[in-house]
Amino acid sequence: MDLIWLIPLLPGLGAAINGIAGIRFFGKRVAGLLACTTMAAALLLSLNAFRLLLVLPAGEREFDVQLLTWISAMPLQLSDGSIGTFSIPWGFRLDPLSAMMLLVVTGVGFLIHVYSTAYMHEETDGAYARFFAYLNLFCFFMLMLVLGDNFVVMFVGWEGVGLCSYLLIGYWYEKQSASDAGKKAFIVNRIGDWGFILGIFLVYMTFGTLDFRAVADAAGGLPVEAGGFGVISLITLLLFVGATGKSAQIPLYVWLPDAMEGPTPVSALIHAATMVTAGVYMVGRNAVLFSHAPDVMLIVAVVGVLTALMAATIGLVQNDIKRVLAYSTVSQLGYMFLAMGVGAFAAGAFHLMTHAFFKALLFLGSGAVIHAMAGEQDMRRMGALKKYLPVTFVTMLIGTLAIAGIPPLSGFFSKDEILYRTFLSSRWIWGLAAVTALLTAFYMFRLMSMTFFGAYRGPVWQPGHGHDHAGGGASGHAAWHGPHEAPRAMTITLMALAVGAILAGFVGMPQALYGNNAIERFLEPSFTARHAAAASGEHDSAGGILLAASAQPARDPASEESAQESHDAEGGAAQESHGGEGGHLSQAGEIGLMLLSVAIALVGIGVAYRFYVRAPQIAEQLAARWAGAHRVLSNKYYVDELYGATVVRGTMLSASGLWAFDAKVVDGAVNGSGWLTIFSSWFSHLLDKYLVDGLVNFVGAVLENASFMFRKMQTGLVQNYALVMLFGVFAFVSLYLLSR
Amino acid sequence: MSNAANFPILSLTLFTPAIGALLLLFIRRTQEHVIRWVANIFAVAGFLVSLPLWFWYDAGERQFQFIERLPWIPSIGAEYFLGVDGFSVLLVLLTTLMGVIAILSSWTAITERVKEYYIFLLVLQTGMIGAFVSLDFLLFFLFFEVMLVPMYFLIGIWGSDRRLYSAIKFFLYTLVGSVVMLLGILAIYFHHAGVTGVYTFDITKFHQMSAPYNLQWWVFLAFFLGFSIKVPMFPFHTWLPDAHTDAPTAGSVILAAILLKMGTYGFIRFSLPILPEATRAFVPMMVLLSVIGIIYGALVAMAQKDWKRLVAYSSVSHMGMVMLGMFALNPVGVTGSIVQQLNHGISTGALFMIVGIVYERRHTRMIAEYGGLSKVMPVYAAVFMVMTMSSIGLPTLNGFIGEFLILQGVFVVDKVWALLAGSGIILGAAYMLWLYQRTMFGKVENPKNEALPDLNVREFATFVPLIILAVWIGLYPKPFLDRLVPTVTNVMERINPAYASAAAALAAKDCADNQPASAFLTAPCGDAAGGETASPPSLPSTGEAEPAGQPPPASQPKTAPHDPSPTGAR
Amino acid sequence: MVTMTHYLVLSTALFMIGVIGVLTRRNIIVVFMSIELMLNAVNINLIAFSQHLQNVVGQVFAVFVICVAAAEAAVGLGIILAFYRNKETVNIDEMSLMRW
Repeated sequence: MDLIWLIPLLPGLGAAINGIAGIRFFGKRVAGLLACTTMAAALLLSLNAFRLLLVLPAGEREFDVQLLTWISAMPLQLSDGSIGTFSIPWGFRLDPLSAMMLLVVTGVGFLIHVYSTAYMHEETDGAYARFFAYLNLFCFFMLMLVLGDNFVVMFVGWEGVGLCSYLLIGYWYEKQSASDAGKKAFIVNRIGDWGFILGIFLVYMTFGTLDFRAVADAAGGLPVEAGGFGVISLITLLLFVGATGKSAQIPLYVWLPDAMEGPTPVSALIHAATMVTAGVYMVGRNAVLFSHAPDVMLIVAVVGVLTALMAATIGLVQNDIKRVLAYSTVSQLGYMFLAMGVGAFAAGAFHLMTHAFFKALLFLGSGAVIHAMAGEQDMRRMGALKKYLPVTFVTMLIGTLAIAGIPPLSGFFSKDEILYRTFLSSRWIWGLAAVTALLTAFYMFRLMSMTFFGAYRGPVWQPGHGHDHAGGGASGHAAWHGPHEAPRAMTITLMALAVGAILAGFVGMPQALYGNNAIERFLEPSFTARHAAAASGEHDSAGGILLAASAQPARDPASEESAQESHDAEGGAAQESHGGEGGHLSQAGEIGLMLLSVAIALVGIGVAYRFYVRAPQIAEQLAARWAGAHRVLSNKYYVDELYGATVVRGTMLSASGLWAFDAKVVDGAVNGSGWLTIFSSWFSHLLDKYLVDGLVNFVGAVLENASFMFRKMQTGLVQNYALVMLFGVFAFVSLYLLSR
Repeated sequence: MSNAANFPILSLTLFTPAIGALLLLFIRRTQEHVIRWVANIFAVAGFLVSLPLWFWYDAGERQFQFIERLPWIPSIGAEYFLGVDGFSVLLVLLTTLMGVIAILSSWTAITERVKEYYIFLLVLQTGMIGAFVSLDFLLFFLFFEVMLVPMYFLIGIWGSDRRLYSAIKFFLYTLVGSVVMLLGILAIYFHHAGVTGVYTFDITKFHQMSAPYNLQWWVFLAFFLGFSIKVPMFPFHTWLPDAHTDAPTAGSVILAAILLKMGTYGFIRFSLPILPEATRAFVPMMVLLSVIGIIYGALVAMAQKDWKRLVAYSSVSHMGMVMLGMFALNPVGVTGSIVQQLNHGISTGALFMIVGIVYERRHTRMIAEYGGLSKVMPVYAAVFMVMTMSSIGLPTLNGFIGEFLILQGVFVVDKVWALLAGSGIILGAAYMLWLYQRTMFGKVENPKNEALPDLNVREFATFVPLIILAVWIGLYPKPFLDRLVPTVTNVMERINPAYASAAAALAAKDCADNQPASAFLTAPCGDAAGGETASPPSLPSTGEAEPAGQPPPASQPKTAPHDPSPTGAR
Repeated sequence: MVTMTHYLVLSTALFMIGVIGVLTRRNIIVVFMSIELMLNAVNINLIAFSQHLQNVVGQVFAVFVICVAAAEAAVGLGIILAFYRNKETVNIDEMSLMRW
């Protein structure tokens, strides 16, 4: 499958055409069609690539394509003092992990493109083409991120999706809040990227290569840094900083809720399904590195679970439908990091996939609701929409059940796998995760209840025709005739995603339920160093890949040298990445845990139903009773304010302080030396005028007066001169004659 | 492709603008249209004439190329000695290109004293090219000074606000530096004469000389003052915002894109290879000043209310990055530094033109006067966005390549420097995006902005080559990087010899790998695989020349060590 | 027989006439003519000595002197004419413009 580089390139091409020509010349039909076509083509290519990948035996599932040299080879020192070769190709690699992600991105991406053709229909032609250009550009960068075979190509996608996120959040650029949110997202992401890129530098310095596979193989040969905080720990910590930025984890999560300023399809695609999971993906890509740094793994797990819990608590009290979903996304991303942190890489990736389906579904559903309510996002002004939006209601209900973890929907399997693996690793982290699951079920059903059940609380409308009613919404709807079901392109997308949300879980059926956990087996090769795979039995096939890979430039030879001696350590690492087989539970225990988590979810749902449908006054009473806590939660723990007061204000203050310093002190020194020069020149001017020039003038005056006397002799009469000459000659001749 | 006919291409490139300036002298000053056309034609001609340098340059050759050598002042050994390596080829091409762009962008901006304006611009052009192609130190100094005069008048006559103050500040500040630099040049000159008995200003001779450490130390300080004012580095930067702010648009563009490169060019061409020991000794100071410059410039840029001044301070920050990479003293850092110089020329030049375009329409540079321009000037907004992203180093655009290489190069030397410098990148994103938001986003609130016309064809045409270059360098910088290999290897040979042999070996390998390739895809490197001078023409795997630990290529015949027969048979 | 002494007396007489003319006359043209007289006195001297010493160089010099005198006359008369046009006088007493 040498054409995998075409997969990112197709949307890129679409973006280029729409961006250069489309904004000027294309109508909505052409622009939308172009964007959807490129995505469809990318999806078909991806499916074909996936098919070809599945055909291969498990150990050899890898396509490498290196298009061109990007940064040509240069010598550069490594940390051990030897000189390595620094070189980066435009290289793409399809392996199980990237294949799964590829399908998610192209699949969900394609559906959201289709959805957007309807959702964005009220924009002007140029803005419409611009939207699709951005959206296609996003897919281009996201696919680059997924397919990149080395850190730097991934970083290209990584920053590129950040740019697209910025552009799309600020799509309605005339709105101050939108452009603020876009800027915030970009800058916060940049802080994370800073960590990421430092991590990349350290990776090169340590391993002499930036190729994922080569790094993983080399790291596989190193001992696990169990005792102390070594270089791999530092690398992984820096990479994790990058992941917290992109995937909105503590402490860099603040941009994601604000990012809801963007159009809803954008929130669904970028801020739920794909881009924000890039951090999880990146950790998964470097699973071998991470599993060699247990300290950092613990940090990842703790940050993940704390983020999950904190975001869930904030989500409890939000009233903006998209913000609830945004905090829910942060929370679910926390889950994924939790999975990564306890070594359940496959479970995290699995949850990433299922989450992509149901969260995209929920966001698109909320988009349909917002569309129906003419731009209204406040759930307090909704209610009882079930009868107006039947399709939206059913599909969103599926999504909600999935996220709450109700079997047999997809969320159940992935979430349960994470909880199970967490339980094996640490009981108290498991406890926090379980609480989060309860909260998740609660706030999601709160959302459903406030939106679809109860009494209608929105603006009134007149069922008549053609009369513009002064309702709630103002976002471009000329006349609003009450809530209405979304157009076909939107509902079809919702239904397709709902199918995904139902079925996606079955690929990860746990063994306890007599499934074979196909996805974990499928993904396993991406999370292990190749020697580990070789050690565990598939010796000849892995050797074949080794030979194939040795044609690549910039491979680290150290791994090969140390391969023999470190087999034992690798075996340990492989075990470690399996999450510690020693603490395995019996099948009954595992099923017990499952039942427990289902029970938790049901409790959450029940409570939400009681609070918000059966007896809405309870919620209000609780809010009044715990007013302090409610205020803190409503204000998102004041984290934005804290950052504003410290980081932003500190930066601005130091900026203006330094500007004053620059103008007064640095430039003052320059101007001061200028003034000093002027002063000393004035002083020497005086000196010059009265002393030096005075002397000169004195000499001149003396001469002048003397010359006045002598000039009388100059009569100007030639004959006088001739006479004097004659006398002179006469005198000289006489003198001569006399003195002889 | 090579310069087979020994064509004096460098002199031609050098004097084409000067001839244009001469010709302009004979055109009546009232015929402004003719003057504009003639100036533009000569600028374009200058670019076209310089273009063969890109194709004829041979990246496999370590020596200077396109040499022209005539006696100039024989009594003191000064010569008219021109020649280029990869670094100066790129800078010359950047100069001729930016010359075209600057002259084209002034079409409507300059309405008074048109004739003098174009004459000064063309003379400036000759001065800049001259400085880049001189291989005689005295000739370099001559051109280095020649540039000051037209720039002084450009700022002083066609500038705005405090133009006289800025022009004089610019002139005096730079002059102070160059006078001290001249002392350094003379010290080197007399030392060389004392050792060898030959009085010469030949730079290639200086490159082979090893001066005593004490002398190097003092000469480095002298060069440092001359070049770091030009760069400008942190404490010497204050002339730059003033000069930029008050200069006419084309002046700012040339100043940012080319003139500042004189300083960095000087460091790489003179300080590093002539004074290697002193360079190594001064690394901590240089790095400290660079890092301060990066962060300080970015922070001060954030506080600016004047659009052009903001871009000027961002220049300070970016040039700090360039200096930082250079003083990593390894191939990656130095290459990144050179690439970043080109990038800075492209992106900051474009940003100044962007300011110039609205300044021409509105006659104010205050950020607060603008807002919502995306609505009225969409094409302009798009160009601005591309250049903003290029400036803050978004991957796939040029800025990333430079910054990435620089930071990677610095990182292996010291992690803390890279950490601090990286924070400058965050701040860079912050002030550029904030600027973009304040000017382009939001609603159009100022009624004066409501009817601003978008870019016309001429204005758009000035941006097209810059955007193309930005994307090209971002996506496929190999032709540029390959052309820099000889320069970097030569510098490394003086300053960090371990890298030089490794670099030469890599270049040889690269040449052998992709032999027949167009000049657009890679740099041409000699006629045959053995054309490179650095590595011996024996087998490519002779131990130390190979990068450490590289496994021997699979294609190598295994029987070679056992085969006692002479190798000529293969 | 005309001896050397005759020539010398003649030339001395001519020279003295010239000197007196230059010193005493007020008309610049007459002054000018007196100068020519002095030159011719010198010429006579030159030719006399040339004959006496049997050396042709003296005669060559005389020819040169005649040439120079002709050139001088041309230039001098030109100056006088120009002066006359401006001042309408040829009186040498009024020509003191070169005085300080």
